[in-house]
Amino acid sequence: MAREWLGWPVLRQLTGRDFLGRGPAVRSANTDEISARTETADRVARSVCPYCAVGCGQKVYVKGEQVIQIEGDPDSPISRGRLCPKGSASKNLVTSPLRQTKVRYRRAYGTEWEDLDLETAMNMIADRVVSTRAETWQDVDEHGRRVRRTLGIAGLGGATLDNEENFLIKKLFTAMGAVQIENQARI
Amino acid sequence: MAEAHPVGFQWVMEAKKRGAKVIHVDPRFTRTSAMAHTHVPIRVGTDIAFLGGIVNYVLSGELDFREYLLAYTNAATIVSEDYVDAEEFDGLFSGFDPDTRTYDTRSWQYAQQEHTGNSEAGTHQQRETASSMQHETHGAQMPGFPPRDETLQHPNCVYQILKRHFARYTPEMVERICGVSQEAFLEVCHAWTENSGRDRTTALVYSVGWTQHSVGVQYIRTGAILQLLLGNMGRPGGGIMALRGHASIQGSTDIPTLYNLLPGYLPMPHATDHPDLQSWVDKVRQPGAKGFWSNADAFAISLLKSYWGDAATAENDYCFDYIPKLTGDHGTYRTVLDMIDGKVKGYFLLGQNPAVGSAHGRAQRLGMANLDWLVVRDLFEIESASFWKNSPEVETGEIVPEECATEVFLLPAASHVEKEGTFTQTQRMLQWREKALDPRGDCRSELWFFYHLGRLLRERLAGSTEERDRPLLDLAWDYPVHDSGPASGEWAEPSAEAVLMEINGYEVATRRPLSSFNEMKADGSTVGGCWIYTGVFADGVNQAARRKPGSEQSWVAPEWGWAWPANRRILYNRASADPDGKPWSERKAYVWWDEEAGQWTGHDVPDFEKTKPPSYRAPEGAEGVKAIEGVDPFIMQGDGKGALYVPQGLIDGPLPTHYEPVESPFRNALYGQQANPTRKQYSRDDNPLNPSPPSSEEAVAVFPYIFTTSRLTEHHTAGGMSRYLQYLSELQPEMFVEVSPELAAERGLVNGGWCHVVTARSAVEGRVLVTDRLRPLRVEGRVVHQVWLPYHWGTGGMVTGDSTNDLFGITLDPNVLIQESKVGTCDVRPGRRPTGPALREYVEGYVERAQANDGAPVVTADADAVRASQAVADRGEQA
Repeated sequence: MAREWLGWPVLRQLTGRDFLGRGPAVRSANTDEISARTETADRVARSVCPYCAVGCGQKVYVKGEQVIQIEGDPDSPISRGRLCPKGSASKNLVTSPLRQTKVRYRRAYGTEWEDLDLETAMNMIADRVVSTRAETWQDVDEHGRRVRRTLGIAGLGGATLDNEENFLIKKLFTAMGAVQIENQARI
Repeated sequence: MAEAHPVGFQWVMEAKKRGAKVIHVDPRFTRTSAMAHTHVPIRVGTDIAFLGGIVNYVLSGELDFREYLLAYTNAATIVSEDYVDAEEFDGLFSGFDPDTRTYDTRSWQYAQQEHTGNSEAGTHQQRETASSMQHETHGAQMPGFPPRDETLQHPNCVYQILKRHFARYTPEMVERICGVSQEAFLEVCHAWTENSGRDRTTALVYSVGWTQHSVGVQYIRTGAILQLLLGNMGRPGGGIMALRGHASIQGSTDIPTLYNLLPGYLPMPHATDHPDLQSWVDKVRQPGAKGFWSNADAFAISLLKSYWGDAATAENDYCFDYIPKLTGDHGTYRTVLDMIDGKVKGYFLLGQNPAVGSAHGRAQRLGMANLDWLVVRDLFEIESASFWKNSPEVETGEIVPEECATEVFLLPAASHVEKEGTFTQTQRMLQWREKALDPRGDCRSELWFFYHLGRLLRERLAGSTEERDRPLLDLAWDYPVHDSGPASGEWAEPSAEAVLMEINGYEVATRRPLSSFNEMKADGSTVGGCWIYTGVFADGVNQAARRKPGSEQSWVAPEWGWAWPANRRILYNRASADPDGKPWSERKAYVWWDEEAGQWTGHDVPDFEKTKPPSYRAPEGAEGVKAIEGVDPFIMQGDGKGALYVPQGLIDGPLPTHYEPVESPFRNALYGQQANPTRKQYSRDDNPLNPSPPSSEEAVAVFPYIFTTSRLTEHHTAGGMSRYLQYLSELQPEMFVEVSPELAAERGLVNGGWCHVVTARSAVEGRVLVTDRLRPLRVEGRVVHQVWLPYHWGTGGMVTGDSTNDLFGITLDPNVLIQESKVGTCDVRPGRRPTGPALREYVEGYVERAQANDGAPVVTADADAVRASQAVADRGEQA
C-alpha cells in the first residue's frame, strides 16, 4: 500500500525536484513505453497545405504506405508550424473513407453509376474529344476570320492544381484548339 | 483574415504586438474584428465611396507623401485637354457610347498621346476578352515620356484631376452612402495617414471577395491610389495584399488555365488584332514605351518553342498560327449559357465544383444537363458529378434522369500528398511538394491525366492529313516518366520536375537551364514556358524545393521556396529608397543604392537593374529597358511611374467612381448613373435581376434587404475539400443565415429556427442565427438590414444544405469578367422554403411581383450628359 502511495505523481511532484510537474514527476513506465507515431514513420515528405493560398508548410508522415499524420512544418517562415482547422484536417482529406478511388460512369439517360476500367475510361474520353472536336471545328468564324478552334469543348479548374499540371492543361487545350478553359481565378 | 486565412493572420498579431494599429472594415463582426483595435461595419458594395473618402481626406489636407508622389507616381503627368471627368457628366467619363456601353478612350490619354487610346469598338473588344487581366504584370504600355508639371498646379495634371474627382467624397457623403459614422470614418483616415510616410507604412489587405463585384477592379484601384498617395507601395510593411483562397490560384493565373491568357500574361491572340506573330508581339510591347515588355518577342517565341519544339521555326512564325484565336467573350459564364443553348458538347471539371461554387447554380446545373459528355476529376463525388440524380433541379423536375443525355465520367484524382509539384501561394512564392506516397486505386494526378489524354489523342490522329491536327501532332509532348507504383509502363506518371524545367526554360542547343528571363532569345534558340518563372530552375536546381528553416535566415527568408520574378519578395522595391537611392528612413530600409559598390543592395533582390544608378537619365529617343530612369521604380509601366490615373487598360474609367451594386435598394447619391454603365450583362429569361432604383419603389421593395456571403474557417469554398471530412463536418454541420436582432424582430425569425432567403433566381433555406455581429446601418436617412450567409453547402458530403450561390444572377465586372457575387438584394422569410415544383412557382411569383425581367435600363445618367460624353468621342473621330 505504502509503495503505491509513494508512486503517486503528486507526491513525487511535491517532494522531488520537479515541483512544477513538467518532467520526471509526471512520467510513468507507461509514458516511457509510448512514443509519438511520427517517430516511427517510415518517411516524411515536405509538403504544402492544399486549402487556401497562404501556403503553410506541412510534414506528411507515412508508415506502411499509409499517411499516419500530417503536421505543420515548424521550419516554414510563412506558417512557423501552425495549421488552421482545415490544414489540421488534411490527413482526414487524404484518408477519408468517402474518397473516390474507382472510376464511375453514368451513361446517357442512366439512373445509376456504373463501374468502368480506368484504361477504358481514358480511351472513351479520348474518342469523345476527337469526335466532338471534329464535329465542332471552325477554320474560320462567321466573319471569315481565321480562328482554327473548337467552341464545343470547355474546361474549368486549376486553382487547386499544380503549376506543372496547369501548364500541360493549357498546352494541350491550345493544341486541341479549345479556348474555353477557365478556373477559379475568374470566379 | 482571421476567418479565412488564420495562419497568415499570425503576422497581423505580430505587428499588433509591435504597436501596429489594426482596423477591420467589414459588414459583419468576425474573428478578425475581435482581434482588431477597431471594427468599422460598412454597407456592402460601397467600398469606393469609403476609400474615395479617404483619398479626398488626404488630398484636401495635402497629407500625401509629396517627395514619393512627385518622383514615383504620375501625379505630375498632364492629361489630354479633351478629358472630361465623371463629375461633369453625371457619373460618365468622356467618350461614352450608350449603344455598346463602352468608351472611346482617346480623351483619357496623356496630353499629346491621344492617338494611343482605343475607339469604342476597341474597348468593346477589350471587355469581351477581359484584356485588363494582362495588366496583372503588364502595366499600361503608354509612351514613356509624357509631359509633366512638377509643381502639380496644371489644371489637367493627374493630381488636380484626382482632387476634383474625389472632392464630393466627404465624410458626410461617406456616412450617407456607406452607413459609417463620420467619427468612425475619420478614425480610419487619421490612422492611415499618421502611419504612412518616411518612418511608417500602412498595409492594405483584402480577400478576393473584393474582386467579386461589378466594380471589383476599381475597388482595388481605389486602394492603389491611396497607397501611392501615401507612399506605401514597394516598401516593407506597405503594399496591397490580396489574400487568395486556393492553394495555387496565383499559379493558375501566372500559368493560366484561363481563356484570355497564355503563360506569363501574354494575351491569347485575337482573330482581328493578332493575325500574325509580329502584330501579336507588337501589341504587347507598345513601341516607345519603357520597361521590360520591350522583350516580349523573346518571351513569346520561347513559349512557342516550348509548345511546338522543333516544329516551331522562324520560317513558320514559330507556329504562331497553331494557336486558336479569340473572337469575343469565351469566359466561364458565357460558356455555361452556351451549354444551356446547346453549343458546348464536352466539359472537363478539374478540382472545381461549379454546381455549388459558381454564381447562379441553377444555370450551372442546367448547362451540365445539356452536354454530350462531362469529365469530372475530383477527390470526392461532388455535386457537379451527381447533378443528374441529386440536385435541386431533380427535385423541381427540371432535370429528369431518364431524359438527361449527359454522359458523366467521374475520375478520382490524386491528392496533394500523392503527387509532386509546385503551388504558387498568395505572395507569388512557389513551393515544391514532395510526393509522400502513391495514390490508391484509380486515383491519378492531372499531370498523368492530361499527359495520357494528349498521348491518346496523338495516337488516334497519327497519320491524319487534316490541317487542323497539325498542332496536336507537332506538339512537344515527350516527358520523362517515373516508372514505379501503380502507374507504370505505358501508363506511367510523367515527371513534374521535367515540366517545371520546361516552364523555367533552357537553351535548345545545350539544354542548359536559364537563370533569368534576360537570357531568353527571340531567335528560337531558347525554350521557356513561362518567362516570369524563369529562374525557378536556375543552375539546374529546383529552387522551389529550398527549405532553409526560417529561423536560420533573415526575416525576408529568401532561401525558402522561390518567388517570381527573380526571387523578389516585395515587388517594385526600388521605391523603398528615396530618389537618391537612400532608404526613406533607417526603420524602413529595405533596398538601397551602394555608391561604393556601384550597385543596388539590401534585404531583398532589388527590383531594378542591379548597376543602374539613381542618377541615370534616359538618352533622347530611348525606349524599353534603356528608357527606365534611375527614379522609375514601376518598371513594367510604360512611363515607369505608379498610376494614380490610368489612361489605358481599364474599361470603366481612368479613375474609380462610386456606382451602386447592380442590385441595390438605394439610388446612387453621387451621380445619376446608378451602377457600372459598362458592366457585362447577359439579359436572358434564365438570368433575371432584382430591380434597383430608378425602377419603381414598389418593385424594389420586393427585395428589401442586402445580403453578402463569405467563408467559414472550417470549410473551404464549394465544400469539395471539407464537407466530405468528418472533423470539419462536425465543426460546422449546417447551413445557416445570420441576421441582426432587429431584422429577426421585423420578420419574425427565431434563433435556431428555419428561415429562407429569396431572390429572382432561387430561394435557399438555413437555420437562423440571430446575432449582433450584424448591425442594421443607417443609409440615406433610413435603416437597412444586411444578411450574411456562408456558401459551402450542397447536396453531397457528410453534411448537406442549400447552396447560397444559387441566389446570385450573372453580372460581371467589365475589366476581368468576374461575377458580382458578394452583394445582392433579397427577401428573408421565416420557415422553410417550398420544395419540388412549388419552389419554382414561389420564385416566379417574386419575379412577377418585382417585374424582375423587365430589362431595367443600364444607362441612367442624365440624357444631356450622355450626349455630351459621346460628343467628346465624335470630336476625336473628326480630328
